Amino acid sequence: MAKDPADAVLRVRDVIVDLKEQRILNGITLDLYRGEILGFVGPSGAGKSVLTRTIIGLLPKQAGRIEVLGVDLDEADEDQRRAVERRWGILFQQGALFSSLTAGQNIEFPMLEYLDVSDRLATEMAITKLEMVGLKPEVYRKYPSELSGGMIKRVALARALALDPEILFLDEPTSGLDPISAHEFDELILTLQQTSSMAVFMVTHDLDSLYTICDRIAVLGDGKITAAGTMDTMLASEIPWLKAYFHGARARTDRQAVAKH
Amino acid sequence: MTAGTLTLLSEQSGGDRIGLAASGSWTAEYAQALEPLIDAVTRPMGPVRSVAVDMARIERLDSFGAWLLERALRTWTSQGCEARLVGLSEHYRGLFDKVHAGTQKLTPEPRRPNSIIATLESVGRTMAAVGDDLLLMAQMAGSLVVALKRVLLRPLSFRLTSMVNHLERVGWRAVPIILLITVLIGAILAQQGIFHFRKFGADIYVVDMVGVLVLRELGVLIVCIMVAGRSGSSYTAELGAMKMREEIDALRTMGFDPIEVLILPRIVALVIAVPILTFLGSMAALYGGGFVSWLYGGIAPEVFLSRLREAISMETFEVGIIKAPFMALVIGIVACVEGLQVEGSAESLGEKTTNSVVKSIFLVIVLDGIFAMFFASIGM
Repeated sequence: MAKDPADAVLRVRDVIVDLKEQRILNGITLDLYRGEILGFVGPSGAGKSVLTRTIIGLLPKQAGRIEVLGVDLDEADEDQRRAVERRWGILFQQGALFSSLTAGQNIEFPMLEYLDVSDRLATEMAITKLEMVGLKPEVYRKYPSELSGGMIKRVALARALALDPEILFLDEPTSGLDPISAHEFDELILTLQQTSSMAVFMVTHDLDSLYTICDRIAVLGDGKITAAGTMDTMLASEIPWLKAYFHGARARTDRQAVAKH
Repeated sequence: MTAGTLTLLSEQSGGDRIGLAASGSWTAEYAQALEPLIDAVTRPMGPVRSVAVDMARIERLDSFGAWLLERALRTWTSQGCEARLVGLSEHYRGLFDKVHAGTQKLTPEPRRPNSIIATLESVGRTMAAVGDDLLLMAQMAGSLVVALKRVLLRPLSFRLTSMVNHLERVGWRAVPIILLITVLIGAILAQQGIFHFRKFGADIYVVDMVGVLVLRELGVLIVCIMVAGRSGSSYTAELGAMKMREEIDALRTMGFDPIEVLILPRIVALVIAVPILTFLGSMAALYGGGFVSWLYGGIAPEVFLSRLREAISMETFEVGIIKAPFMALVIGIVACVEGLQVEGSAESLGEKTTNSVVKSIFLVIVLDGIFAMFFASIGM
């Protein structure tokens, strides 16, 4: 895929983040291009979630620049910020559905807040989104406490997609799902991404997801991006952690499974 | 970028055929403006038999635009028109197909029952829940007796360390706040008493009032309400959190009785702590009352003390202190029953903790009323 730097929807430059006087991220530079799925991996505790939370503005950074859709969020005023926040969707690890609202109201919430659409259109769109993520319309009236883990993730994805975002952030989308649901979820993300040509930034540990849907993979280690590139680059890498990760016992069975498809 | 439009292609329309051309951005941003356009062209239009929508000049399409288009197509089809899309680019075909595949079959909202019936139903359910609660409390009291019997037969199996730890938390650490509150209550009682009794020149009777009220009723009630809010709630929250994390199930599978290991030490600690706190609280309230009587009412401490000696007897004190362990038992049982009823979610933990405090304060006051009748009938 040709990488025109002008086509980057997310530009991260030399970002440094300290938490409790400990350096977690030490100069991260990263680009996310329109229409690609970037898989983001690294050992537990390397700071993957910290980077995601820094990009979406939940954690302060000590230095560096983050540009989302061409807007530097540090310099942006309130209106610009809101305009950017309207154009991204975020799927949190546990779904983060509002427990006092039904699934339908959860999806309608950003629509009614940001767009002045009629209630009828909001309801129809919520049902459309539910059906797009593979759920039945009757889920609309259910509360999060009545849904299974897989369904909660799907509803949360529908909410993240409510405003047709240009960037989708996924924090371990398949964690806690059984392998079949995880596979379906991967496929779902891939089809949705292809139909709407959004960029997807996905933190994951799931080798299956990396093999089947990611265009590019970035690896975080010791607070830096240690490697980035396609799956083939990763497999050819000599970095010990990468070798262990992609050539370990689990990886081998995974690759065989993928090869059989 | 321009807002989406939908214009009538008049040159194509004629007779029973209508041609429409869409252009601009059909996206979420412009959905508000697009919806009326869609509504306008989908009104019944007489003898129209076929509609064609030309999508070739559309700039952008997202799921909002795709759905509005799909809504129009569905309306026309339901009106008996033949509706067609022309010139939709391949790029948007996948998105449109995805929206097109949706059924939108939402079952109508379940009919709400008659409000009178609903009220009666909720009253009935609440009464049944009260019955269940009483049963659970009786069951808990029974299990405690059984556990106590086992412990008495094998005294070494009693969790002394745990009991002492809880005694420190619900007893020793509660002393400052209990003293502070009861001093204030005694002071307020005395001030109000003096203010009103003065009109009749009966200032000195404030000593009788403060002494009897504090020792018989208020001392123990205030302490129990504080303990229910402070320690009862923490018991419920602790046990509830253990229930949520399956710790209680783990104990049970290792062959331990959770009642014996977790609940008995907590309740024993409470039964020991509350009488002590009641004694301290009552003394503090008398002190507060005496202090205000001296400063505000001009009753010297010696006068206060000698009057107090005449006004109260050992019996007055006993009536108050006898109630304390029973109230502690009620608070402990309610807190533990609620704690064990916590289910998986954090909401349930919060709800049960609130319930625990409300129920134990209510039951403490009911119990106080029962004791009042009991003592009256035996002449104390």
